[in-house]
Amino acid sequence: MKITFIKILLIILPFMLQAQTEMKGMAMIKTKDGKVSGLPGATVYWLGTEVGTTTNDKGWFTIKYKPEYKKLIFSYVGYRTDTITVNEPREIHHFMKEEGELEEIILESKKKNTAVSYLQSTNIVTINEGELLKAACCNLSESFETNPSIDVNFSDALTGTKQIKLLGLTSPYILIAQENIPSVRGASQAYGLTFTPGTWIQSIQITKGAGSVVNGYESIAGQINTELKKPYNDDKFFLNAYSSLNGRLELNTQFSQKVADKWSTSLFVHGNLRIAEIDKNNDNFLDIPLAKQINVMNRWQFTDAKKGLVSFMNIRYLKDDKQTGELDFDPDFDRFMTNSYGSEINTERFDASAKVGYVFPETPYKSVGFQAAYSMHDQDSYFGFNEYAINHKSVYSNAIFNSILGSTLHKYKTGLSFTYDNYEESVNSTDFSRNENSVGGFFEYSYDNLDNFSLIAGLRLDAHNLLGTFVTPRLHIRYAPWEKSALRASIGRGKRSANIFAENQRLFGSSRQLSILNADGKIYGLNPEIAWNYGFSLLQGFNLFGKKADLTLDFYSTSFENQVVVDVDQNPQQVLFYNLEGKSYSNNFQAQLNYELAENLEVRFAYKYYDVKTDYLKGKLQKPLLPEHRFFVNVSYETTKKNNGAQWRFDYTFNWLGEQRLPFTGSNAVQYQLPEYSESYSLMNAQVAKVFSDKFEIYVGGENLTGYTQENPILAADNPFGPNFDSSIVYAPILGNMYYAGLRFKI
Amino acid sequence: MKRLILVLVVIFSCTLSAEAQKKSKTSRVKFEVDGVCVMCKERIEKAAALTKGVKYAVWDVNTKELYCIYNNKKTSTLKIKKALAAVGHDSKEVKATDEVYSKLDSCCLYRNGVVKKH
Repeated sequence: MKITFIKILLIILPFMLQAQTEMKGMAMIKTKDGKVSGLPGATVYWLGTEVGTTTNDKGWFTIKYKPEYKKLIFSYVGYRTDTITVNEPREIHHFMKEEGELEEIILESKKKNTAVSYLQSTNIVTINEGELLKAACCNLSESFETNPSIDVNFSDALTGTKQIKLLGLTSPYILIAQENIPSVRGASQAYGLTFTPGTWIQSIQITKGAGSVVNGYESIAGQINTELKKPYNDDKFFLNAYSSLNGRLELNTQFSQKVADKWSTSLFVHGNLRIAEIDKNNDNFLDIPLAKQINVMNRWQFTDAKKGLVSFMNIRYLKDDKQTGELDFDPDFDRFMTNSYGSEINTERFDASAKVGYVFPETPYKSVGFQAAYSMHDQDSYFGFNEYAINHKSVYSNAIFNSILGSTLHKYKTGLSFTYDNYEESVNSTDFSRNENSVGGFFEYSYDNLDNFSLIAGLRLDAHNLLGTFVTPRLHIRYAPWEKSALRASIGRGKRSANIFAENQRLFGSSRQLSILNADGKIYGLNPEIAWNYGFSLLQGFNLFGKKADLTLDFYSTSFENQVVVDVDQNPQQVLFYNLEGKSYSNNFQAQLNYELAENLEVRFAYKYYDVKTDYLKGKLQKPLLPEHRFFVNVSYETTKKNNGAQWRFDYTFNWLGEQRLPFTGSNAVQYQLPEYSESYSLMNAQVAKVFSDKFEIYVGGENLTGYTQENPILAADNPFGPNFDSSIVYAPILGNMYYAGLRFKI
Repeated sequence: MKRLILVLVVIFSCTLSAEAQKKSKTSRVKFEVDGVCVMCKERIEKAAALTKGVKYAVWDVNTKELYCIYNNKKTSTLKIKKALAAVGHDSKEVKATDEVYSKLDSCCLYRNGVVKKH
């Protein structure tokens, strides 16, 4: 491991040195018709030195930089000579003015790939396209690997699905929305994140803590919203192909077209395929399922800037088939037989949504918005002899009115929401079908003194047929006691109905008997989950050796009033679902340091501590399969872009996970017992991208470079129909190192 | 449930009737304010927005025009211009004092011809 790290350092080091000695920029002019263009042949030099250059035919220049160089001079015949003070190397865009003209300069600093906000009341991290490129593959669930706020784990040894956690809580406790319409919920909870290809995404916003009340009452740990690429300003054509050495193929093609003055449309087509049978650990089980997916979306955008009208319409169809289990399993012959163990998960999904936003032209601080969405999610599956089917139809609509109280310092949002969910669900032929509907109203007030204090206070009232009528209050406060700082505090309540089977599908891949211990509740006999989330966060930016750095300290606590406890510790042959009696909480501390070590070289360190405990029937225990301590490092470097956009990009991520508590297996036969705790381990990912031009780039990378794998990811793999079989106890990767290559092409 | 809808309808209609009354008191003006950069924009908009009675203020970097919506019972264009001068930005009628002006960031110095990077 050490050797790999040194190797990578050796590769990166020369670029670091080079990066410190050059900076680039552009001399620009405004032409008479108001357009901006580069100024070729302008002289650029450092005051008091002989270090200088001239701009090329596009107006670009590259010049040597040393910290002692402070004044950069631009000159050109007929134009005023300008002196610019440079305190640190960065891209400079300078407007040259004709003699006698008024002067102005425009400075462009690089858009950060991951941005934390100093100004927003809520604790939001925004992940932009640049950051998404670092995780070369392939869908939303894999987009968080370079972001320490979200932990990505494997959910089980059968399906190879990645599961995310925020504040130590799994994705059902996160409101996951697509363009502010809740998307990964209900039936899609287990695999929904894998149904959004990464190339469709423009940006992701991660809110830690309670979040806004506008999109519903369900969020407990936080909210994740993905914005997709917009037809209006997307590339005309985009192609992405990806292939990994373990037989995963992905293809993304996207077309965007302006069809009329105010109408634009995009067509996204995604397909992925995995046909190679891989069993590196020789347990006779596929390490990763055979899979195929086709995913098509058509998107329309209507923009009338003059009238203040914007509208989006989407339709999407998805079909995803997975097959996993033993190597020689053939669904046609072996399904529901004891010849060999196998599983198939077939999903079909249809989505349609529409949004309209209108800004009153007379009063631009007033706007109305309306969203409506329909989805149909149909999953048919079996895991050995466990059969699971769910058909979930969902309707969501939300009307929002934005305005101010007296001045733009006091803003509010208010509106109405309506949701309807129809679940047809069966587990081993037992029917669990139900309907849920709710009507709610919300009011969210925000105050900003435009200086150092802001707050958002939200309240919503919902009437739900199964959860009852209830109030959801949420409050976020930001205060900046001094420069470059933000102190944040938040408190909020969340309530939800737990879809115990959809959310815990991984447990079907075991010999465990599923039992629900309560019968008087309205959802599977259980009560709704209710939790309060409290958060406190400090963000401080500073300069370290003349380079930008920021430090974030987050403390979040979630405390459950009621929880549907998923108990796999009573004995290894059972999983119990019951209402919480006693306490259940998740305390999380995270310290993160971002530092720009040199120009274009950024490092990110994070330490995370999780104290997540629940009162089980057996007593209070740390949540299984969750490390108490984690450590994260990300290093990224990119060379300065050439005029045509050409550059190199390097990215390296290191993760260390402390020991994790494993579910109780002490009553199994000795050979099927696991230790109480897993060992700690580390993971490394790296990627190199070569950008040839703005249009074309290729990338190669590796995941899990050290090849760390869990020794026996499937308990009793030798006897899958026996009482000890369990594929749900996964704490480390199942696949060893994995290499991939891909390309991106756009017009 | 019914009560909930009723409450919301009442809130909505109150807001709407309040809006209707406000119309007559609302002035919309556009005037030039000196400044150069995005920092100026922030400072100008903030000073305007913090003036009592101002509902909305947006300054255009290119045209140097400030678009302002305000309650004419509580404030006036002159009052807004005074507030802008107090933070260092000139308008036709009201000029900032040299003392305030000299404290502006170097990139915002719109009066002289010297351009400096901030």
